[in-house]
Amino acid sequence: MVKFIAQRLIWMVISIIVIVAVSFMLTRMAPGDPVTAIVGEYPVPESYRQEIIQRFGLDLPLWQQFGIYLVNIFQGDLGFSFANRLPVMDLLMQRAGNTLLLMVPALIISTTIGILLGTFAASKVGSTRDSVVSGFVVIVDSIPVFWLGQMALLLFAVTLAILPVSGMVSARGGGGFGDLLLHMILPVLTLVSGYCATVTRITRTSVAESLTQDYILTARAKGQTGREILRKQALPNAAIPVLTVVGYQFGFILTGAILTETVFGWPGIGSTFVSAISARDYPVVQGVFLFAAVIVVAANFLTDLAYAVADPRVRTGLLNG
Amino acid sequence: MRLLTPKPEQKKRGFIRKLMADRMGFVAAIVVLIMLFTAYVAPFFFPVDLNDLGTDSFLPPSLQHPFGTDEYGRNELLLVINGAKTSLTIGLAVAAAATILGLLIGGIAGFAGGIVDTIIMRITELFQVMPAFVLAAVAVATLGSGTEGVIIILSILGWPQIARVVRGEVLRLKRLEFVDALRCLGKSNTHILLREVLPNAIAPAITLGTLVVGQAILQEAGLGFLGIGATGAGSWGGMLNRGQEFLTSAWWMSVFPGLAIAITVVAINLFGDAVGRILNPSKGK
Repeated sequence: MVKFIAQRLIWMVISIIVIVAVSFMLTRMAPGDPVTAIVGEYPVPESYRQEIIQRFGLDLPLWQQFGIYLVNIFQGDLGFSFANRLPVMDLLMQRAGNTLLLMVPALIISTTIGILLGTFAASKVGSTRDSVVSGFVVIVDSIPVFWLGQMALLLFAVTLAILPVSGMVSARGGGGFGDLLLHMILPVLTLVSGYCATVTRITRTSVAESLTQDYILTARAKGQTGREILRKQALPNAAIPVLTVVGYQFGFILTGAILTETVFGWPGIGSTFVSAISARDYPVVQGVFLFAAVIVVAANFLTDLAYAVADPRVRTGLLNG
Repeated sequence: MRLLTPKPEQKKRGFIRKLMADRMGFVAAIVVLIMLFTAYVAPFFFPVDLNDLGTDSFLPPSLQHPFGTDEYGRNELLLVINGAKTSLTIGLAVAAAATILGLLIGGIAGFAGGIVDTIIMRITELFQVMPAFVLAAVAVATLGSGTEGVIIILSILGWPQIARVVRGEVLRLKRLEFVDALRCLGKSNTHILLREVLPNAIAPAITLGTLVVGQAILQEAGLGFLGIGATGAGSWGGMLNRGQEFLTSAWWMSVFPGLAIAITVVAINLFGDAVGRILNPSKGK
């Protein structure tokens, strides 16, 4: 187990270094002035220009520049955002909570719905219920999540006018938990709709496969009912791949959050990213990428650990390494 | 000796007939054909000049303007037809590039085995760890490129999933007798991989590649929506970006490009599923 954790930890560090390298390459491959790529498109005084060249070693060979970049990032220094007049790290920390406020409920709700729907479909493969669920999955998987959000906004916030259009709190008479909850409904449901299709698909395949195993036949021979078999035999055995996917899809739901925040004007990481792109505020753009990538790598690491705890074959390397 | 090689041609025979028998696949194929026609033939009959501004902006849908008009008075229906080309070109080009890259890289990994395999698969894993969409957005935003840039970046991000599947298939194929037989005949490794093994691994790659078309169209839509990549009225994603600004006042500017994306991608994905059923009949039961 210790060996397994050590291996995954080393892999996590390698992944993060590669991600930093990609980010570094992007800043240096950007056309035009490297100082612009570092500070964004803002007129900076000549003295600050020199300071940047000094600090990032822009007159040094590329590999030394990468070293400086790496050290800065590991010290939590992601640069300074001129558009926001804040260090990028502080800005991201301010906004990350708002994004999690959407992501965590969405993750919990969609995983629950997805597991229920997927099991429901798999309990009778090839039946009408299976076709309906599978059809729903294909359709939802094919629709841009943010567009679904726009349509929900048009229906519930504009036509029916029962939910707020955008933001986190009402401008007038706002504040309070209930108000926040009202503003959360549409963006969270948008994320849920996109994400639960994936969980449904994986659960369906996984449960359907475990239903073909011999121990199901044994359970049936012992007189367990279909419902008992699903709950006590098929679902627990199918749970591991499902949970793995839930963990690995963290990046996917993060993407959904970025686009959804834009639709609903939610002040999180995503809308920060989008406004940074249009303002050519490069440090923030790269900061969000690094932040997102590190979160995804960490989520994958935790998933691997959970996987190893749940399935002893993984940590002993019996399952194809 | 040639007899020992399973012939890929046999699978291809009757593909059209099998597709016609698959009701869902057939309907999807027709929709895909209509979309292809809209993208590549219709513009000849309804040429769109993006600079040709109409007189009435923000007209709601009517008989004359079935999809309404945008903020410059341009006919949204013509813009949707015009955008089909960008979206489908990106989808098809990315899928083709990702499939070829995936076949080659996955093929080499599976065929070579050993350290080469380990290294390639580790790199593949790294690609899959990175949040692809965010990376694409950052790359397009910093490198600043149009349609071609989007195609290149999405292809670079799209091949790993195909490579993994191809590698698995090649690992299985290279243990079969016909590979030994070809070796005895003195064929080179390159010849065996490219001419004999890969053609037999092409079915799952194509199945997955079809799904990549839809994925790439969705990713382009997301990038366009954020205002990067192929922007402006030239693509469906770009249209949604402008629509967002007027979402509450001019709903038609968001509804129709989104519907176009949804219908196209649903059709492509259903078509891909049907292709999968026909090419790999043993799976997916």
